[in-house]
Amino acid sequence: MNERVVPQPVGTAQAPWTGQPIERREDAALLTGTGRFADDLGTRPGTLHAAFARSPYAHAQVRGIDAAAALGMSGVRAVLTGVDVKRWAAPFVVGVKAPMEHWCLAVDKVRYVGEPVAVVVAEDRYLAEDALESIKVDYEPLPAVVDVESAIAPNAPILHEGVASNVVNDRSFAYGDPDAAFASAPRRVRLKVRYPRNSCTPIECFVVVAEHLAGDEGYDVLANFMGPFSLHAVMALALKVPAAKLRLRVPRDSGGSFGVKQAVFAYVVALCLASRKAGAPVKWVEDRLEHLLAATSATGRVATIEAAVQPDGRISALAYDQLDDCGGYLRAPEPATFYRMHGCLTGAYDIRHLKVRNRVVLTNKTPAGLVRGFGGPQVYFALERLMQRIAVELGLDPLDVYRRNFIRAEAFPYEAAAGALIDSGDYHAGLDLAAQQGGLVELLARCAQARAEGRLYGIGYAAIVEPSISNMGYITTLMPAEARARAGPKNGAIASATVGIDLLGSVSVVVASVPQGQGHMTVLAQVVADVFALKPDEIAVNVELDTQKDAWSVASGNYSSRFAGAVAGTVHLAAAKLRAKLAQIAAAQLGCAAAAVMFDGGKVFARDTPDKALPFARVASGAHWAPALLPKGMDPGLRETVFWTPDQLAAPDERDRVNTSAAYGFGFDICAVEIDRDTGRVRIERYVTLHDAGRLLNPALADGQIRGGFAQGLGAALMEEFRYSADGAFLSATFADYLVPTAMEVPEPMILHMETASPFTPLGAKGIGEGSNMSTPVCIANAIADALGAGVDPERIVLPLTPSKILSLLGVPDPVPARSRQAEAHAAPSVDAELAATRPSGSWTRVLRWLGIAQ
Amino acid sequence: MKPSAFDYVRVDCADEAVEILAEQGDEARILAGGQSLMPMLNMRMAQPKVIVDISRAEDLAAARVDGAALAVRAAVTQATVERRARLADEVPMLAQALPHLGHFQTRNRGTVCGSIAHADPSAELPLCLAVLGGEVVLRSRARRRTLQAEAFFLGALATARDPTEIVEEVRFPLALAAERYGFVEIAMRHGDFAIVGLAVIVSAAAIRVGVSGVADRPWIVRWPRLTGDELDAALDRLAWDVGARDDQHASGEYRRHLVRTLGRRLIEELQ
Amino acid sequence: MRRMASGLRHRIELTLNGVRRAGECEPRMLLSDFLRQELGATGVHVGCEHGVCGACTVRINGVTQRSCLALAVGTEGQSVQTVEGLAGPEGALSDLQRAFRRHHALQCGFCTPGILLSASEFLERVPQPTERQVRELLSGHLCRCTGYTPIVAAILAVAAERVGRKGDA
Repeated sequence: MNERVVPQPVGTAQAPWTGQPIERREDAALLTGTGRFADDLGTRPGTLHAAFARSPYAHAQVRGIDAAAALGMSGVRAVLTGVDVKRWAAPFVVGVKAPMEHWCLAVDKVRYVGEPVAVVVAEDRYLAEDALESIKVDYEPLPAVVDVESAIAPNAPILHEGVASNVVNDRSFAYGDPDAAFASAPRRVRLKVRYPRNSCTPIECFVVVAEHLAGDEGYDVLANFMGPFSLHAVMALALKVPAAKLRLRVPRDSGGSFGVKQAVFAYVVALCLASRKAGAPVKWVEDRLEHLLAATSATGRVATIEAAVQPDGRISALAYDQLDDCGGYLRAPEPATFYRMHGCLTGAYDIRHLKVRNRVVLTNKTPAGLVRGFGGPQVYFALERLMQRIAVELGLDPLDVYRRNFIRAEAFPYEAAAGALIDSGDYHAGLDLAAQQGGLVELLARCAQARAEGRLYGIGYAAIVEPSISNMGYITTLMPAEARARAGPKNGAIASATVGIDLLGSVSVVVASVPQGQGHMTVLAQVVADVFALKPDEIAVNVELDTQKDAWSVASGNYSSRFAGAVAGTVHLAAAKLRAKLAQIAAAQLGCAAAAVMFDGGKVFARDTPDKALPFARVASGAHWAPALLPKGMDPGLRETVFWTPDQLAAPDERDRVNTSAAYGFGFDICAVEIDRDTGRVRIERYVTLHDAGRLLNPALADGQIRGGFAQGLGAALMEEFRYSADGAFLSATFADYLVPTAMEVPEPMILHMETASPFTPLGAKGIGEGSNMSTPVCIANAIADALGAGVDPERIVLPLTPSKILSLLGVPDPVPARSRQAEAHAAPSVDAELAATRPSGSWTRVLRWLGIAQ
Repeated sequence: MKPSAFDYVRVDCADEAVEILAEQGDEARILAGGQSLMPMLNMRMAQPKVIVDISRAEDLAAARVDGAALAVRAAVTQATVERRARLADEVPMLAQALPHLGHFQTRNRGTVCGSIAHADPSAELPLCLAVLGGEVVLRSRARRRTLQAEAFFLGALATARDPTEIVEEVRFPLALAAERYGFVEIAMRHGDFAIVGLAVIVSAAAIRVGVSGVADRPWIVRWPRLTGDELDAALDRLAWDVGARDDQHASGEYRRHLVRTLGRRLIEELQ
Repeated sequence: MRRMASGLRHRIELTLNGVRRAGECEPRMLLSDFLRQELGATGVHVGCEHGVCGACTVRINGVTQRSCLALAVGTEGQSVQTVEGLAGPEGALSDLQRAFRRHHALQCGFCTPGILLSASEFLERVPQPTERQVRELLSGHLCRCTGYTPIVAAILAVAAERVGRKGDA
């Protein structure tokens, strides 16, 4: 099952382009400033510019909005408010059945700081911002709830009164017989962990250009949206138009997304309505303050995880009790952070008994959504911290605990307890490779030496299963089986691709993958070049998307690491289909069977008569210029569109088992750290990261994905967090407050690969884009926990592990000296109190740190 | 994130600048390098009616040794000072501190006087100027006055500058052979504002310690030479006196710890 | 002294990538917006507008700085270089641009123009940098895609090539 997939043999002498680390065709434009990002594209003359008025309160009743003064200002053309939104639009559809509404602008209440309450449309952005200050919103502040555990307390302020609770979905699952396994287990190891709210913060923010079309034609939108295109339906329903009347176009280039640009969809709706109100196209470029404050966030989580363990570390059962902090609204695709990982909650381990309780909780914070890793960082922070605790509490070598629990290589495809059909892998070999190539023996010796010298040195590990190509039906796992049966099944992950050949015989590819820097154009040219035995340079690739003209479907977009497995695979299928047609055409001309037609070096020939070769372009162009030459009965045209969905992605079954993804890669990381006792700073001495993502289509791009994910994971581990004060004021609204790693903080990881092909994807490839985001935070945390030693309460290992937090874990003596003149400085007003005091003036917290006042 | 509207005046000399300030007072803001002011304009935290651009004022363009001080005029960038061939001999404290100040790209444009006038309590240059006992030369249409740094810094972003004055020049005392200088800073990342910055001067008889990032302005103490337990006790008192508080990046406890540990490390290196 | 009143658009001239250009702007217009919207230099990318991310970095009179922290009117008469001005005649990529492509030093490419401008001045000032110096330089830019190491490698490679070329001459 684990043999490598050989690229389709086409009789070519050329080594396959696929698998080579070739340079990117995207780069020439990007390096010369001629990329086509959303904000670089021309707009129609007369396009207006929008700015959003946003709530300064975490929770308040909106009693009224007075826009008269703003409308009187120079250059201001319209102001859109909740009144308009209620008239023209509908609330967004929500993933759980509960009486709560989320509109694209606040209509009655605001539920987080930064929530949009009005859109000013003016002749330029400067004028629009001038008018923001004149929008008078009458707020009646309400008590806010920020912490997820406080939000589930009986007396907590309620965000959505109709639900009468901040828990908007509560589901329990059991697979196997976990209660019996726990009852009979000789040992139990239990840990409560938290995962913070953070984001991968693309450097390009959201961009939307929206136009309301005359004559009931709907809306035309350009946005740097990234999918999933299931959200197109959410937008169309909110705009109350058929999907065909919401034309959504996505430009060639996007300045990073990492899941985040999924959340632009709510703004698409608001700006369509703003255009309708203003009677002109409207453009909005989100600024950085808006982005950090209100775009989206990874879902915060509080999880209690427990394992039933044998004395040798073998885990017989696992239990999760998880609270997800989804913010002020349950915005699509939430609560998918839970369910994306559901099928593989047992990770890389052969654990037959599993118990899960998932509670979806709302708090007065920015709505959560896709952020690279989506669900993985949260799950693995619990599971892999627990693996370390098992080793510590049972006095075992962590590697032995891994080896005893890993799914065995001969067990693949392995059906996990909750339903993931884990396609392929060799986890034991992966661990051994990482340990050997990563120099683990040497690191352990260094660790022993450092500790003998009294230094704080630690080694951490993390093993992850990296899901890719999400099952679009996984979210329905949250419904009880009977409700699911009533609603009808949802499943699959349809990818689409079009390959065509033009009148001069050149090949072009169109996909609905909306890349944000991953190099899709390069890889697809490699894949198609192999099919036709051409050079990648000869293949044109268009990655723009137009929902009125291109082939797309519910799963289109660039998320769940679906490119290599699903998109590139589907392109391969479309190209192969077109090649088969071409072979038939050529067979007639060459006088041989289609099966004997060979493609090589830009030529087409019969296997037995290579000297009578026809130029590829001539065979291809003939089909356009002389359809009479086509074999009898063949349709004209050289353009094939293929839709593909993996057969393995069925709907959740009656026992709530669900194969959440089509392919599952593997990662094993080793991290060695030293902590400076004086400053609490963490120095990463070595970071080893092994990946098995099936067949690699371009190893250089694969390494790029790993390095980038590692840097983001390191940021999550050590510095990144969206912080709120107790009353919901936002404390991280600038890049001087929300700290992301720079070149000074990110070391080079040692990257190792295995290639165990997936039997379920056309090219044997699996995703590789998210594994390091999943493994790095917990691996660094495990290393730090190891360095800090047994004296530190494991539940206090909470990300981000800032120097200040690490020193407090070390327990530095801090006695108040008797003679201190200002020992009462402790009683100075807290930052929060200051922030609260300044808020009613409308001046947000963002600026205080910038101004140094929050010091 | 766009500035509110203002009139723009680009002056050719300091006289023109103070003339406008005399008319406009606190409705006007001086723009030199803009690395502090421009973010405030973009966020509309500052909404002046007039921006007075002094970046091309020829009489404000030089940094030179003047008597016992390095005199840095208002339009001189941080990079210009950092790249002085003899800075490590002239003002070694600055040579140590400047690389911590933002980044290559911001030092290229940001001015020394602008950072002093902005008076961020976490910033490096106010700390250096204060611990060195430097001076700030303020100029209005009517007069020119010179203040000791410690008298100039009044609080977070608050200084003794009158709205009609420009910070025309700051004067860093040149190094003395009998003194040794040390600067250390802990920030969340390279180039960030300090969580704690420490600047120390040790001479035969005395120790001067400056702390940034904790109080609302550079906090300066003067001690006789101390070692061992006495030094620890003095640092512990300093750590508490400076009034450390929690913020989203670090606790007050952490800041006190840094004052103690970094202070001890630095002073011991210099003694 | 040059005075420009608020609320009005003023004509200013400057040199952009070696070409005399003119455009109109209010006094408050940021240089980043002016370059993009008035002069069409859309390679200047705007990532934070508070001087931290570095995407909008350009060279003004040769000096690398943030165009979001400069006023367009303040650059009147000065010489501005953007990423559009880095390639040679007929679009031939410079050694720095080629090295970035070779080392996969970009993914989404949004932060890249600013980094290229910074690196171009830096290598003029520090022809043989250490890795640490390059990392310090890069700390003035945020990149979320690459993890930075390929960028470091590209800049070090260019420095080594240039030294090698000088040695050959």
